[in-house]
Amino acid sequence: MPEPLLRLDDLTIAFDDVTVVDRLSLTVQRGETLALVGESGSGKSVSALGAMSLLPPNARIEGGRRLGDTDLATLSGRGWRGLRGSRVGFIFQEPMTSLNPLHPIGKQIGEALRLHQGLTGKAARRRTRELLEQVKLPRAEELLDAWPHQISGGQRQRVMIAMAIANEPELLIADEPTTALDVTVQQEILALLAELRDRHGMGMLFITHDLNLVRRHADRVCVMHHGQVQETGAVNEVFARPQSPHTRLLLDAEPRGRPLPIESRAPLLEARGVGVSFQRPKRLFSRRPPPFEAVKPLDLAVAPGETLGIVGESGSGKTTLALALLRLGQGSGEIEFDGARLDRLSGNDLRRQRRSLQVVFQDPYGSLSPRLPVFDIVSEGLRFHHPELALTEVERRVRDTLREVGLPEECASRYPHEFSGGQRQRIAVARAIILEPRLVVLDEPTSALDRSVQKQLVELLRDLQARRRLSYLFISHDLAVVRAMAHRILVLKDGEVMEQGDCRQVLEQPSSDYTRALVAAAGLAEVD
Amino acid sequence: MNAPSTEPGIAAHRPSRLSPITRRRLAVFRDNRRARLSLWIFAALFVVSLVAELIANDRPIVMQYQGQWYAPVLVDYPDTEFGGFLPSPADYRDPFTRDEIAANGWMLWPPIPFSYETLDRALDHPAPSPPTARHWLGTDDQGRDVMARVIYGFRLSVIFALVLTAGSLVLGVLAGGIQGYFGGKVDLIGQRVTEIWSGLPMLFLLIILASLVEPNLWWLLGIMLLFSWLGLVDVVRAEFLRARNLEYVRAARAMGLPSHLIMWRHVLPNAMVATLTFIPFLFTGAITTLTALDFLGFGLPPGSPSLGELVAQGKNNLQAPWLGITAFVTLSVMLSLLVFIGEGLRDAFDPRHIQHAATPRT
Repeated sequence: MPEPLLRLDDLTIAFDDVTVVDRLSLTVQRGETLALVGESGSGKSVSALGAMSLLPPNARIEGGRRLGDTDLATLSGRGWRGLRGSRVGFIFQEPMTSLNPLHPIGKQIGEALRLHQGLTGKAARRRTRELLEQVKLPRAEELLDAWPHQISGGQRQRVMIAMAIANEPELLIADEPTTALDVTVQQEILALLAELRDRHGMGMLFITHDLNLVRRHADRVCVMHHGQVQETGAVNEVFARPQSPHTRLLLDAEPRGRPLPIESRAPLLEARGVGVSFQRPKRLFSRRPPPFEAVKPLDLAVAPGETLGIVGESGSGKTTLALALLRLGQGSGEIEFDGARLDRLSGNDLRRQRRSLQVVFQDPYGSLSPRLPVFDIVSEGLRFHHPELALTEVERRVRDTLREVGLPEECASRYPHEFSGGQRQRIAVARAIILEPRLVVLDEPTSALDRSVQKQLVELLRDLQARRRLSYLFISHDLAVVRAMAHRILVLKDGEVMEQGDCRQVLEQPSSDYTRALVAAAGLAEVD
Repeated sequence: MNAPSTEPGIAAHRPSRLSPITRRRLAVFRDNRRARLSLWIFAALFVVSLVAELIANDRPIVMQYQGQWYAPVLVDYPDTEFGGFLPSPADYRDPFTRDEIAANGWMLWPPIPFSYETLDRALDHPAPSPPTARHWLGTDDQGRDVMARVIYGFRLSVIFALVLTAGSLVLGVLAGGIQGYFGGKVDLIGQRVTEIWSGLPMLFLLIILASLVEPNLWWLLGIMLLFSWLGLVDVVRAEFLRARNLEYVRAARAMGLPSHLIMWRHVLPNAMVATLTFIPFLFTGAITTLTALDFLGFGLPPGSPSLGELVAQGKNNLQAPWLGITAFVTLSVMLSLLVFIGEGLRDAFDPRHIQHAATPRT
């Protein structure tokens, strides 16, 4: 075996005596991709940052680290500056914040060239253009002077890659490089990274939580859990014959099963010609531009006990549509819910109707007010809509509801910050169902959660649906979750319905090209 | 609202009302020795000045006369009570009354036997007289004890600033909250109105007013309140604008809660951070403005214990440096303490200062 490019021996990282990475050993060869896999909090990003000494000063890093023939453990500040960005390139998760919004793109890439190669002026510009072409950005010349806000998330990530490879590093550390991107864009970015790796003979440390991506884009995999290595090996080997129980759990975490069959087709919620358009600002002395149609008028119906999955990538208008249906955002068209015309209600009538029309949002951290205890959060709607209930009755219902969503009842007096993401999402579900709604809009309820937690939440939601005959409007970009939840699917792209129909049929025989691309990118595992 | 249940099962877990971030902020503030010390000193000074009547007064705290107890600090006794013949309140500094009481009982005087408006007629120097054992900081040009005036003046300034800050807080949060929460046209019109309003020259208004009515504490407070809330509006409005699109606010709307409840229970508690950092600076601003007005002579009515008036006296009596020096030291100590507290608060709420305590995400 040749001398490895990156070698970590018993790397241990602790923050103020809390060990977050425990004796991690791994090697990365030139030209290979090692995937570092684990759920959130498993220590995978900290390991990579720690290996490059990019952690805050209260972190204690021990163990051997070598990059080629350089001993990283003894490197000085100046040594590090010469190494980072030149021999090691970084790509981070958040394309929206990892570029400086106040500098044009060309200048930001040029900075890396100036610092490490001393390139300036025309030479730097020429090289920057080459790099942009290498990462397959169209109109490279124009992009040099573009600002970060003018390009899309996928393009920003390509710019980040261009910055990372600007000095032809030996090692590329990609920390969740595609997590914030749409599935179809993910595939393109990862294919690009593989191509660049092969062309420059780089080693790549690919940090991710998504086993689907690991299966397709990595050579070897290292599974982490609570800061410890569970298993290391070739991807095929690990996926076919996982040795550690945690790896098995991760592999098994894809939500499975099918929604329960429904009884009647008489719609509970029926929308006819619902669309959302935003007025664009008028410029002085020019005609008002036509309004921007975020959602083109569409029809949909949900029967009692049925789940309608709304699928689409970011910017497709899924959430806008849901907010319009809930009458929380603007919108036009007819909305009939439970025999009442929702679009004609206002004031107190609308408020009363809202009891039976609830919503669970995506972000488990943002959807609970941080300054209220769980009891107040869950009982708030109940206390407002049923002021006649005695406190003991409210308490009883809160306890029952918390138990129903699988939370211990003593959590009522705690504050949201004491709970994990999955538990918070359960609190949000409890808040929605305590009012005994007929329909719940679930806006990406699982996408901020780890796979294994997702699976539990999907099972909980299916249970609740069976027990309470709830209807769901399930918004997601994740086809695996949608398949486990939805009876029917509506595929949205740029505010337009691409396809609508039975879930199984749409996923197995998609009729539009776009759906076909989505299904291919999702790489769904076979189910019976 | 309702306290969570008191049943044993639910009460078993003692919740920490403070989120970790709040606790970290408190810790940062406590670690800042200068801010913590300033807060203690300022609080101590304020508490002491609250009982100024017991420290500097021209009447005894308690006294016994002909076997009876009296508390002149609290009750006005007529002169006739102590052998005089006037029905007006007794003057305990009057030699006749003094001797009369000394012969028939005793008096316990405060450490400084002068109130802020007591004229000392028994000065050995012409007023303003320099510091002596009798007048620790000397007297001003009307023969009033400077120490007593400083104590009362400090209290008046702080209370004025407290009331003004509280009033501005209510108005500013209300206006900013409504603009930010509803947004759109309400925001647009509200912003223009506040802009026009803030264009009005407050100082001139006060000066014009001073020529129309006899300005007293409440007039000044009212007029300054008309303008001092404007600084808060932008801060609060920005917080509410941000918060109204947060998911928990949306969830509350989806639950059918009316707007005022959402604003009060969900948005406001989370918008208070920015407001809180603003308060110390509002406070110092109020004190400075009051002092400036008094200095110019458009402030409190003549005779009130005011630091601004002391500054003016210092300026007019350069031959009596104790006036100017006292005013300068008092004001600078008071304002520095407040600025230090404000800085400590600001740092405690500054994410960059508490970053090192945060654990990085993986």
